[in-house]
Amino acid sequence: MTAGKVSYRAPIAYAAIGLLSLIGFGLIPPSGRHTTFAISTPKDLFTIEPFTVPSKSTAIVFSLVALALAALAFWAARKRIRLGVWLPSVFGLCVLLAFLTWSAADKANSMPVTGLLQGSLFLAVPLVFGSLAGVLCEHSGIIDIAIEGQLLAGAFLAAVVATMSHNPYAGLIAAPIAGALVGLLLVLFAVKYRVDQIIVGVVLNVLVVGVTSYLFSTVLTAHRETWNTPPKLPVLEIPFLSRIPVLGPVLFRQTIIVYLMFAVVIVLQVMLFRSRWGLRMRAVGEHPKAADTVGIKVNRTRLRNTVLGGAIAGLGGAFFTVAAGLAFGKEMTGGKGFIALAAMILGRWSPKGALLAALLFGFADNLQVVLGIIGTPVPSQLMLMTPYLATIFAVAGLVGRNRPPASEGIPYVK
Amino acid sequence: MRLELRGITKRFGSLVANDAIDLVVEPGEIHALLGENGAGKSTLMNVLYGFYDPDAGQILIDDKVVDFDGPGDAMAAGIGMVHQHFMLIPVFTVAENVVLGHEPTGVAGVIDVAKARAQVKEISDRFGFHIDPDALIEDLPVGAQQRVEIIKALSRRAEVLILDEPTAVLTPQETDELIAIMRQLKEAGTSIVFITHKLREVRAVADQITVIRRGAVVGTVAPTTSERELASMMVGRSVELGVVKDAATPGEVSFSVRDLTVIDAAGVRQVDGVTFDVARGEIFAIAGVQGNGQTELTETILGLTRPTSGSITLDGEELVGRSVKEVLRAGVGYVPEDRSTDGLVSAFSVAENLILDRYDQEPFARGLALDPVRVRSSAVERAQEFDVRTGSVDDLASTLSGGNQQKVVLAREMSRPLRLLLASQPTRGLDVGSIEFVHRRIVAERDVGTPVLIVSTELDEVLGLADRIAVMYRGRIIGTVDAHTHRDVLGLMMAGVPHDEAVAQAAAHQTVLGQADRAVETSSEEDA
Repeated sequence: MTAGKVSYRAPIAYAAIGLLSLIGFGLIPPSGRHTTFAISTPKDLFTIEPFTVPSKSTAIVFSLVALALAALAFWAARKRIRLGVWLPSVFGLCVLLAFLTWSAADKANSMPVTGLLQGSLFLAVPLVFGSLAGVLCEHSGIIDIAIEGQLLAGAFLAAVVATMSHNPYAGLIAAPIAGALVGLLLVLFAVKYRVDQIIVGVVLNVLVVGVTSYLFSTVLTAHRETWNTPPKLPVLEIPFLSRIPVLGPVLFRQTIIVYLMFAVVIVLQVMLFRSRWGLRMRAVGEHPKAADTVGIKVNRTRLRNTVLGGAIAGLGGAFFTVAAGLAFGKEMTGGKGFIALAAMILGRWSPKGALLAALLFGFADNLQVVLGIIGTPVPSQLMLMTPYLATIFAVAGLVGRNRPPASEGIPYVK
Repeated sequence: MRLELRGITKRFGSLVANDAIDLVVEPGEIHALLGENGAGKSTLMNVLYGFYDPDAGQILIDDKVVDFDGPGDAMAAGIGMVHQHFMLIPVFTVAENVVLGHEPTGVAGVIDVAKARAQVKEISDRFGFHIDPDALIEDLPVGAQQRVEIIKALSRRAEVLILDEPTAVLTPQETDELIAIMRQLKEAGTSIVFITHKLREVRAVADQITVIRRGAVVGTVAPTTSERELASMMVGRSVELGVVKDAATPGEVSFSVRDLTVIDAAGVRQVDGVTFDVARGEIFAIAGVQGNGQTELTETILGLTRPTSGSITLDGEELVGRSVKEVLRAGVGYVPEDRSTDGLVSAFSVAENLILDRYDQEPFARGLALDPVRVRSSAVERAQEFDVRTGSVDDLASTLSGGNQQKVVLAREMSRPLRLLLASQPTRGLDVGSIEFVHRRIVAERDVGTPVLIVSTELDEVLGLADRIAVMYRGRIIGTVDAHTHRDVLGLMMAGVPHDEAVAQAAAHQTVLGQADRAVETSSEEDA
């Protein structure tokens, strides 16, 4: 009697990537080059001096550690032992460090580690809010393809309201309202008229692009000063904490929207899985009839949570204008809503997972910017693709077997 | 608590599902609601449970008129319901399912998990259910899931418990446990409305039996009423209980399955080394609880699934590796377990459905075109022969009742010369009249010398039809027995107990229904 076949797919992938890293970043490049990593920022409590390592041997060491992990994965697969997520995480980190050492070898600029992380978090903000919106909607049974539109609507209204009131915080309050309106339209068509939710979502995205682009090219362009010069959200430094090296600048030297993001993630993570509100919402998304038979109003639950989700995505939209200090521009969200959707799937429909996945995508996005500045051996066009490549690989390969809420996308009829 | 329904009427469009139904359930009474599939039992209970609004009539609790605006109100009034298809969320724990809708909460609406667990444990211990509050529903067997449903209703202080076809998914032993639970609940003062179409069960447990036919009450009788009488009340004419057939005269073995193993995409052995033979002119039945590999077995025989190893031969020809079309052309007639999704195209007409497997052959095809005149005339003949009750063969298959849909499937599969008839759940959800007809046709096919393979989860059907019975459990055939094996033995085998042990255990402990069986046997012997 044998159980199912042992799958060596993952260990083989690890070994292949580890070997490529060893050869490409370690063995082939010439020796004698050096890479400098910068850690500290001027305001830190104490300074960690930039340090320089020999590029070739460092890349080889990291690659060898990665290969050792691949060997461990083979052994575990053979013994049918589950190793948890630490293995792919540490493996990814090793290959990444080997890559960074190689790409910044003998460059005039050092590799700004803190800056890289800080930027990653910043770029992840709209993705986190977007995927949290998706988490809320899908757990209550509504597929939210309209995240892109909700982000864009939030960005637009935040810019206009902040400009008119000369107060970036007013923009921050206005943004969720715009997102909630898009959410309301989505749930209205999905629940009341039982239209296919994916189609409604796509149509809403097009609608928001159309409306905002029209207003942009007419009113916002003609009277730029009165309509579209939003003030920037100030950076709020948390006293003392912000001066801890590395952690301080990354976590505690941010605008309020980043702090809000962490708060929302924590609150949702707890409430979704531990509270009455969360239990009822998930019941509605899994088996609406069962929820109905214990007296839970299915469609009302869907309506409330989809609107709430829309508001959260709208808040994320404020990132593009008031948090980044930019004027509103046509289609300025540039597909971030869809990447947020991918982050939600990669994060397996949990707020915590969504945060981690969004950080991963934010990192890929920022890496491309940073490497562009310090100048890399990789063509910039390829680097521009990294966030999207990361998305495709993440969603297709790493997710494995996972389960969306069972009744998402299906209208509830008694 | 005394429950009374007065003149309940519920219409769906032109269909009158409930027609002025009166029903009284006294406190601490087990009241059976007996009727065929589609007679309106479930509709009535959904009205009582506040799920549907009645078009006319009143619900009275302790002689006071109540008005339910949804299941929440019904529950608050002390009515609990265990639905035929469980209303449990598979990815939630037992405790979460039980408290859903009336959660004990602490700060900020966070659920008090300890209290929820205690609620489950208290009721579970009181009735000896042995349910772990932290188990996920999807990991529990059906019998345990049903007990969770009962806990769910009791935790809401239900005084009237509605059980909708509770035995449909249970083995005889599990049914026995359920009957014990029902009696225990009755002792504790809970009234039970027991909905079923199984005569034997109602006579075993009910205090009162109300029979419903076509949405109206036929009468309320005592459980001493004979099965034959109950059946004729239920159907509206006298019916033959059981299957009328002569002893089989099996010929040579023509269909053989050898060491068949099917491993699915998830790596699970759905079919595990299955071997059996079916001879010409015999009905070989595979019994077992749903989900023990029967579906995979039939789909592999038809060629829908490729086996991992093993062989399937029909008259010496290997079927493994052939396409579905080739298998059908080799003379296999296939009645799938789910007629509405696998047996028919519901948006096609009856006539079109009757040629689904022969659309490209003479006489229905001429070159690239169909011959609509021939298709139609042949359909009219088939419909007549198989008693398909439809206004016209041009009606859509979706407009037919379940029984007539099944007759269409049978008509299609049995109107060509067969070398094997493979029928899965041939009478699931059918009314008594249709069941009689389907069984007669299957026996007739056997009598012309076709090997017949039946897969059924209904023990009554297996016992009535089969000449030999194999029991399937977790992908294996746990034993092959003759048709006179007692239902208690088969029930134990369906739960994975090997034959010899099952015989010993069944002798030591008889189930309520098993005793009823023995009583019937002795009385019929006396009659003879």
